[in-house]
Amino acid sequence: MNLKLKIWRQASPQAKGKFVDYEANNISEDASFLEMIDILNDELIEKGDDPIAFDHDCREGICGMCSMFINGHPHGSQKATTTCQLHMRKFKDGETIVVEPWRAKPFPVIKDLVVDRSAFDEIIQSGGYISTTTGGVPDANSIPIQKEHADLAMDAAACIGCGACVAACKNASAMLFVSAKVSQFALLPQGKVEAKDRVKSMVAKMDELGFGNCTNTYACEAECPKEISITNIARMNRHFIGAKLG
Amino acid sequence: MSSKPFYSSITKKIIMSLMGFFLLTFLLVHVSLNSLLLFNKEWFNAGAHFMGSTWYIQAFQWVLFAGFAIHIFYAFVLQIQNWMARPTGYKRRAAMEQSPFSRYMIYTGTIILIFLIIHLGNFFFVKMGWIGNGVPLTANGEEDMAQLVINLFSHGGYVAFYVVMIFLMGFHLDHALQSAFQSLGLNHPTYWGFIKGLSRVYAIVITLGFIIIPLFIYFKNV
Repeated sequence: MNLKLKIWRQASPQAKGKFVDYEANNISEDASFLEMIDILNDELIEKGDDPIAFDHDCREGICGMCSMFINGHPHGSQKATTTCQLHMRKFKDGETIVVEPWRAKPFPVIKDLVVDRSAFDEIIQSGGYISTTTGGVPDANSIPIQKEHADLAMDAAACIGCGACVAACKNASAMLFVSAKVSQFALLPQGKVEAKDRVKSMVAKMDELGFGNCTNTYACEAECPKEISITNIARMNRHFIGAKLG
Repeated sequence: MSSKPFYSSITKKIIMSLMGFFLLTFLLVHVSLNSLLLFNKEWFNAGAHFMGSTWYIQAFQWVLFAGFAIHIFYAFVLQIQNWMARPTGYKRRAAMEQSPFSRYMIYTGTIILIFLIIHLGNFFFVKMGWIGNGVPLTANGEEDMAQLVINLFSHGGYVAFYVVMIFLMGFHLDHALQSAFQSLGLNHPTYWGFIKGLSRVYAIVITLGFIIIPLFIYFKNV
């Protein structure tokens, strides 16, 4: 299949970027979106041009590195799919595809489609862990955990921290990411110990970094490649109120 | 602990939702009293007289104004911070919001604010004697608030303007109730469907309630 591409090119964080038109021809329908960009990049390198910079790592939908805003959606319009798992058969032959980087003040563009997502690491560093002394490996079943809570914690922990929630949100809010990280600990006995301090410090860090405020549009849930639920945001709100009151 | 002006992001949401719940309750009372006009003028005048002469309701009026002021103030603070969070926009952005009217809350809200000022000018300021020729009087020499309403709603242009404004308020309300529940953390799969349904029913009931009254008066008097 043949495609027309409008891709954001920006040489450096300070440089003024612009959209550049490309053509990708003879692309297999079975190619992934990233493989299509790889093919285009090979052609650019052969011509002596600078290849398009983009983030990628596992290409299996689990690492959270790929991050393209494709035709108005983070990771493209296919539900519950990362860019690396998006295949060209989802597009029409001859279609024009607009590819942009994530847009948010705390995610500055490094080059082309690569953005700096260290803001998420800073939020994790502010409380996304449990404090425990090391020692012998405890038996996995020594602390009883309600099945329902274990399942909800696992669902929250499915978040790969790709930033699609921030990219999708009209307010560039990080509430879905932060609430998933708060929830995965708060639901389990080991995480309950520091739950109050954790929610307060992670929310404070999120605010300090300049993410927007949540206005309950739920675009994040609709676009999340791991289908993280907005009930996590409600849980974080409840825990935040509880932590502030006592 | 807060690192954003005017409290943390979640505290601002909580303030918005609590004031929102308060204003939603007020609208329910307002539409109920207005609906007395569908029956007879005396009932409506009795209601208006009760609201205008009881000291605790008079005092509560200022609490209501404060509720509006806080809700509006925080709406603008939230919006400005949200615009600042994305200095560069997208070239192409799909409508991804699952609560469709959540996209336009600042716009519908601003229109409601303008309508509110006009609305106060039409009724409240006239009653207070600040503008206009005062409220018409009944045969007994009492204030005839019902007649003031009927006089306004006998103008087709005003009725059309009023109906459009109420529709825009309805769009605002469609997002409002369920959003307030979510902000307070009251979202659980067991009852979330009910909350969303209740929110939509509330928006439709309030919108139709406010729209039926001017249409009823206008077509009765044509």
